[in-house]
Amino acid sequence: MKRVQFEHSSLPYLFVAPQIIIIAIFFLWPAMQAIYQSFLLEDAFGLSTQFVWFRNYSDTILSPSWLQAAGFTAIFATLVTFISMGLALLLAVKANEVLRGASTYKTTLMWAYAIAPPVAGLMGNLMFNPLIGDLYKFFNAIGWDFNHKLDAFDAGFVVVLISVWKQVSVNFIFFLSGLQGIPKSVNEASMMDCNSPTRRFWTITFPLLAPTTFFLMVINITYAFFETFGIIDTTTRGAPGGATNTLVFKVFQDGFRGADLGGSSAQSVVLMVLVLALTVVQFRFIERKVHY
Amino acid sequence: MQIKSLVVGLALGASALTSTAALSATEIQWWHAMGGRLGEVVNEIAEKYNASQSDVVVVPTYKGGYEDTMTAGIAAFRAKEQPHIIQIFDAGAATIINAKGATVPVADLMKNFNIEDYIEGVRYFYADSDGKMIGLPFNSSTPLLYYNKDAFAAAGLDAPPTTWEEFEAMAPKLKEAGFTALAQSHSPWIFSENFHSRHNIQLATGNNGYDTTDVEILYNNDHMKMHWSKVKEWLDAGYYGFYGRAWGDNQDAFVQKKVAMWLGSSGSFGGLTKSADFEFGATFLPYWKSIIEEPKGTFIGGAALFAMSGHDDDEYEAVADFFGYMTAAENQVFWHKETGYVPITSEAYAVAKDEGYYESTPDAEIGILQLSQPGGEWTKGYRLGYYVQIRDVMYKHFDDIFSGAASVDDAFAAMETESNALLKRFNDTYK
Repeated sequence: MKRVQFEHSSLPYLFVAPQIIIIAIFFLWPAMQAIYQSFLLEDAFGLSTQFVWFRNYSDTILSPSWLQAAGFTAIFATLVTFISMGLALLLAVKANEVLRGASTYKTTLMWAYAIAPPVAGLMGNLMFNPLIGDLYKFFNAIGWDFNHKLDAFDAGFVVVLISVWKQVSVNFIFFLSGLQGIPKSVNEASMMDCNSPTRRFWTITFPLLAPTTFFLMVINITYAFFETFGIIDTTTRGAPGGATNTLVFKVFQDGFRGADLGGSSAQSVVLMVLVLALTVVQFRFIERKVHY
Repeated sequence: MQIKSLVVGLALGASALTSTAALSATEIQWWHAMGGRLGEVVNEIAEKYNASQSDVVVVPTYKGGYEDTMTAGIAAFRAKEQPHIIQIFDAGAATIINAKGATVPVADLMKNFNIEDYIEGVRYFYADSDGKMIGLPFNSSTPLLYYNKDAFAAAGLDAPPTTWEEFEAMAPKLKEAGFTALAQSHSPWIFSENFHSRHNIQLATGNNGYDTTDVEILYNNDHMKMHWSKVKEWLDAGYYGFYGRAWGDNQDAFVQKKVAMWLGSSGSFGGLTKSADFEFGATFLPYWKSIIEEPKGTFIGGAALFAMSGHDDDEYEAVADFFGYMTAAENQVFWHKETGYVPITSEAYAVAKDEGYYESTPDAEIGILQLSQPGGEWTKGYRLGYYVQIRDVMYKHFDDIFSGAASVDDAFAAMETESNALLKRFNDTYK
């Protein structure tokens, strides 16, 4: 078949130009700057500069605190992604089945979407305050010797809980619309063949949701890596003993608080490469299993 | 920021129409980190100064916390848009002072400058190794012990401890009365930096870092380890409360009567007066009699004002004039009374004393008295690079000591290694 060839006009370029310009100014240019800065040893005020090749990388990335942050970030991202997606899927399936007051359930579950991560962090901070926090008191009352100011596990629990809570609503919205996109006829046909709702879910519904699930996985990992900054910053700030320090929070600590531009740039370049690699892996290996 | 200065500029332009003298007024940008009530006092000072003469207009701008303000100043300097005056905190002093040519030393700027006019504890913290003052101490505070008088009465105690040995004897009684004996709000500042000053112990090579950036930290010493072993013992025995790293978390524990004593800043005085619904007192930072017989003074925390380089001569004249106004006794007394920060000159201290201020509020004098206690070889302060990160390293290992994740020996050994790596990096960067 002969492909229809339209007349080229510059109009499409004009339409995509704003987006391209925004990406160039707000992503590409700063990213280039970060790469350039990561090879320099420079005082904060820019008065003396030395080119040092990979010194910033070896100084920061081999340090115990960076390795600790990398380890925590990996665990944290995995937990936040799986728990928030699992919970959201469960809630979406249940909310989709509800007949009475369905919109009330849906609205309440979507509510938390409107809350910015730092605000979620501040709220969590209040609830876990050792002097006045209700959750802090509750956990201690039920016999859990809970102290997130000193116990690494408890601190991790706090940041994971807040991050998951904040993200469940986003995932819920996507899963719910995904579920509603599954044709009724498919469900009805499967009901004739199989009596078990659980089995129907895993063999029919879940595979049909795969595109949504895949998309959410990419979004959630990015969320856990970057957006949870606001939650970490308003709750633990990496304490106790650096046990809840994430990579992006460490970039901020070293660069913005500590005025170590080279070291912080090197870390952000590594972070950029990590997330890029992770996304490539997801698209190459997991997306293959997704049927649109 | 641009819009704000534009608005200010327009406002100034409008007022200039009514007064011809103001047409030639030099505008001085002052970036500071004083929020809340402190920020209001800063604005009042600037307004008063602006009203007192017609040649200079000082425009104070709040830039967020200490770190935010420093970062804003650095970014502005790199973009050649730096303010004339910037407030830089103690841990950031090495960053700005070692960046050769970032600032104009106060000692060069001000006419008739005499370092002897300043009280003992504030003189050399922001000075170079020759004792030349670089930054003008602005909001100067020092660590003090606050104690709840009701709690002490309930425990049958009549006076706060002067030494840690006395504290150890009192702590069980306070526990019996239902109080955790002690909490404190800044372990690097109080239990490390000023611990060394109080006991006259060297904390870093190279004259505590004043002489060179090629230094190593000396925190891994027996006295520090002894002290921290004790603190861990107190924590386990229920004599010491740790409510988190944040300053306010521990102060709240004192205000809410969970703890009987709290180590905070002399600058906390004003806030406590408003928030505590019990009678409290302030006294000197305790010391270990086993380490030193007669304790030395402490040094200041807080921040200083630096004149950034790259401006015109007439602007520096204006900055010098403003600094002169700020250090004048009456304005220091005003700042001291409004905020609780100590007056930085001996003259201002004398004026406050003559007014009878300390007879009505004796606790307000404790900070100055402690800063005026005899200095020793190691009481002038420290000058260490990447100290913000080093404090993070310290916090990390203090957490590990408290949680039992590391022994005191291991924690201090790791602290030494990681801090020295940062110091080496700083030395290689700031050549």
